[in-house]
Amino acid sequence: MGSNMAEAHPVGFQWVMEAKARGAKVLHIDPRFTRTSALADKHVPLRAGSDIAFLGGVINHILSNDLDFREYVRAYTNASFLVGEEFVDTEDLDGLFSGYDPETGTYDTSTWQYENGFPEDSVESERHREQSAGEQHGSGGPKLESGTGIATDQTLEHPRCVFQILKRHFSRYTPEMVERICGVSREDFLEVCRAWTSASGREHTAALVYSVGWTQHSMGAQYIRAGAIIQLLLGNIGRPGGGVLALRGHASIQGSTDIPTLYNLLPGYLPMPDARHADKRDYVESIRGTHQKGYWHNADDYIVSLLKEYWGEAATEENDYRFDYLPRIDGDHGTYRTVMDMIDGKVFGYFLLGQNPAVGSAHGRLQRLGMANLDWLVVRDLTMIESAEFWRNAPEIETGEITAEQCRTEVFFFPAASHVEKEGTFTQTQRMLQWRDRALEPRGDQRSELWFIYHLGRILRRKLATSTDERDRPLLDLAWDYRTEGDGEFPEPSADDVLRRINGVDLTTGELLDSYQQLTSDGTTAAGCWIYSGVYAGGVNHARNRTARTEQDETALEWGWAWPANRRVLYNRASADPQGRPWSERKKLVWWDAERGEWTGHDVPDFPKTTPPEFEPEYGEAGPGALAGDDPFIMQADGKAWLFAPSGVVDGPLPTHYEPHESPMPNLLYGQQGSPARKVYGREDNPSNPAPPEGGGDVFPFVFTAARLTEHHTAGGMSRQLAYLSELQPALFVEVSPQLAAERGLENLDWAHVVTSRAAVDARVLVTERMRPLRLDGRVVHQVWMPYHWGPSGKVDGDVVNDLLGVVLDPNTMIQESKVATCDIRPGRRPRGCELLEYLAEYRRRAGVTVETGTHVVTAHTTASDAAATSDTTAPGSTGSHTTAQGTTDREEDA
Amino acid sequence: MGVSDWIRSWPVYRQLTGADRLGRGDAAASPQSREREPRTADADRVTASVCPYCAVGCSQNVYVGSDDGGERVLQIEGNPDSPISRGRLCPKGSASKQLVTGDHREERVLYRAPYGTEWQELDLPTALDMLADRVLDARRKGWQDTDADGKPLRRTQGIASLGGATLDNEENYLIKKLFTALGAVQIENQARI
Ligand code: SF4
Repeated sequence: MGSNMAEAHPVGFQWVMEAKARGAKVLHIDPRFTRTSALADKHVPLRAGSDIAFLGGVINHILSNDLDFREYVRAYTNASFLVGEEFVDTEDLDGLFSGYDPETGTYDTSTWQYENGFPEDSVESERHREQSAGEQHGSGGPKLESGTGIATDQTLEHPRCVFQILKRHFSRYTPEMVERICGVSREDFLEVCRAWTSASGREHTAALVYSVGWTQHSMGAQYIRAGAIIQLLLGNIGRPGGGVLALRGHASIQGSTDIPTLYNLLPGYLPMPDARHADKRDYVESIRGTHQKGYWHNADDYIVSLLKEYWGEAATEENDYRFDYLPRIDGDHGTYRTVMDMIDGKVFGYFLLGQNPAVGSAHGRLQRLGMANLDWLVVRDLTMIESAEFWRNAPEIETGEITAEQCRTEVFFFPAASHVEKEGTFTQTQRMLQWRDRALEPRGDQRSELWFIYHLGRILRRKLATSTDERDRPLLDLAWDYRTEGDGEFPEPSADDVLRRINGVDLTTGELLDSYQQLTSDGTTAAGCWIYSGVYAGGVNHARNRTARTEQDETALEWGWAWPANRRVLYNRASADPQGRPWSERKKLVWWDAERGEWTGHDVPDFPKTTPPEFEPEYGEAGPGALAGDDPFIMQADGKAWLFAPSGVVDGPLPTHYEPHESPMPNLLYGQQGSPARKVYGREDNPSNPAPPEGGGDVFPFVFTAARLTEHHTAGGMSRQLAYLSELQPALFVEVSPQLAAERGLENLDWAHVVTSRAAVDARVLVTERMRPLRLDGRVVHQVWMPYHWGPSGKVDGDVVNDLLGVVLDPNTMIQESKVATCDIRPGRRPRGCELLEYLAEYRRRAGVTVETGTHVVTAHTTASDAAATSDTTAPGSTGSHTTAQGTTDREEDA
Repeated sequence: MGVSDWIRSWPVYRQLTGADRLGRGDAAASPQSREREPRTADADRVTASVCPYCAVGCSQNVYVGSDDGGERVLQIEGNPDSPISRGRLCPKGSASKQLVTGDHREERVLYRAPYGTEWQELDLPTALDMLADRVLDARRKGWQDTDADGKPLRRTQGIASLGGATLDNEENYLIKKLFTALGAVQIENQARI
């Protein structure tokens, strides 16, 4: 679901085909019939943006028919844990959970806690969202004060146990509802349910694959949570042939999350410090509970080792390892916020390092207007991309909004070295690091980013060498002594040396570390990214392991290196039953070897090696030693997989169907229309198309969605310049159904233009039955699909599809909702120049779009005090009053 | 060539009488095609790499040779040893030779002055030096010592960066490290998108 794997990850898809050849059934649930659907056993189209309704239906089907893998669920998930009495579900609050604050549009998660669990440290919820707190748990769960001593009911019958809460929460997600919301027939839905639930139990598993078709929504994290809940209920996590597999779209996008170039993270998913963290102790306490289980309890070891790598000798115990050198965040500093700040004149310089936001980010116009209002812009790329030349080829030149002679931004273009002209590691989609050898030297001024950043840092340090300003100390004290290769003033820094320091070193012996378990908080180890510790175990670069697949078993542990500790299946302790025996012979991966007293198997066991299956920790114990023998989820604070998330997800402990920010449909399940915690920005330059209960939505009656083609790559900078690829996919097109074509008078291969309140975009029409009109709740809804790879540069050019989108974000990840919006489509080409601006203004006028449209996020018919859900809520005088559009708040600070 | 030689050199005859009954191998060869060599034959060396497009991580063999213009990539092939890709590459991976050798690649630093209408060339050390001055200036202009409550922030909001998903881990590591030491926090990449 949410993935067109055959198209976007074609070589990976060979394994799906391999599985199909061996008898696996392949189901593709996605709005459009694609290359993946063509190879699947069954394609089920659904309305873009309705996936949680569908998945909730599957959960309901599992729970109401007792189809869960009970032994797995009881032992390995938090199904039996009791949730505190104060928790109130969406069932009772018309689509809101307890703890909602309509003023800030955020949740206080304190009522979602387990019974007997200590209350969560009250981290102010708004800031939690602003810092994309959900995403900070990329390598493990959020904190709990205690991992032991949580009240449970092993019969799973207590009304407040997670299992029963789940049952109630999803009870209204019936096949009829799925049909009305998603447009999926009852028969198709039940066929999927039957196939999915049959791949469960000791002998069978199912794998779930998703891509950005799930993440790029205003509740994307909850889509994934919903998928994960199904996989957990069916016992499909930690087992061979199971899992929830995120297919990522760039060679090292996994690596750039692990070793983040992200505002809210430090390497290894350590959060960026917040202004409230007075010192390192405060910071560490905010990451982990004093009594929580698992490896995140050792967070102090990870941060101290990072600080030692950053500041070397200058970081000592006496100075708190220079924790004070880290800049602090205190809100949203994400890329979309930053672009708006550029327009508002608050940002002066911008680096674009192999990225082309003028085409590739949502709301291209906003991106380009931001770039046009800087002191300077640096673009590093292989070729000339739109983001480097916005001052002469942006669509805004034609409309007169950008004029080169009046654009003050100074632009530096630095040509980059390609992947064969430098060495280093990419981390692919399954967390595997693969080293590339350098094939040859780049030409002219082409250089690696390693070279560029290393020498920029060196020059900056030289320029500040005599500074006495306290502000410059972090730069001057920085450990910037990486080994270099070659002579002269500008030698190439050694990627190998950087990888060694990422892996980590024992500072007392100078030896490379073998594992993150060797890290300490006493300043004797330095490691740049704790989860990558072990890539250089034994002094060998394991990312460079290249034993041929024919010379090893199918787990292929000798090819590359996967974090953590070269484990290929995460949480693989769950591939064995609670007693430590494989669930079945054919689904065997790791198991307990009683004779040798250790875990063993085909994969590297993801569990403390010698903790036996029957081990029970003492009450109040903490860290890895507190993991019971049947706690497979070793990065979770309680050792269990979370069906219900008492913390860490900022928009609800359970997935709930809300309509997308822009939708032609009212929410049929609750009064709450869209996600109540989504991040909206009401600005003149970021209008939204109206959605119910707002009027005017019929001006943009169609559902818009966009995706990739095999033959191009994202914003096109690496594909539209290539003759081979340009020839294969020469032009932008828009797919519409024959019915929509008839309705709007669109002719195959003729021009049409797609319109939103932000932009109008030209494309060739492709009339195809791949797009199927959906019958929803008694009406027909059409969907429109476009690939998004074109822009004004390159061998083949076209309008920028991302210009159609506005900026509204998932509060967990600060990722934009770009997989669904509403639009209109009309035959012929769009108006040009000033006429285009008038044309769009007229659309907005007709739809009644103002700066407030879409910003009144609360539509639930409930009272604010209900939502706050203190145990003694009586809310005198407010019974029956509605928190309506007028009663809520505009959450854009600058509006 | 005698008549019988001539008949024997006829592909259909060879297909009917030889081992290559399907006519997909030797029977179909001509003197011309016999003389052809794969473009990898001239390679001086083969190095192991990874496809730079999507995150499947297909393994590549890069064939490098040289001519008067210096070393050149002759071909990029899928590496059959890889348990991920088994030697396969999709259209993008297969086109990556063109990606690295095509004439679309810029070789020189280019500079567009404020209000300028054209690019001009700049030498690399000068550009880096100019940039360093601008980084310090933007950092200063956006600097924040403390928040409204007097809590230390020690940061600048004057500098932002976007990019990393196409870069190496080692590169991302240095980017984050340098910007963090400068106090820049708006450091982002495609993973946010
Ligand atoms: S060859 Fe295709 S599938 Fe393989 S990594 Fe490259 S882009 Fe992805």
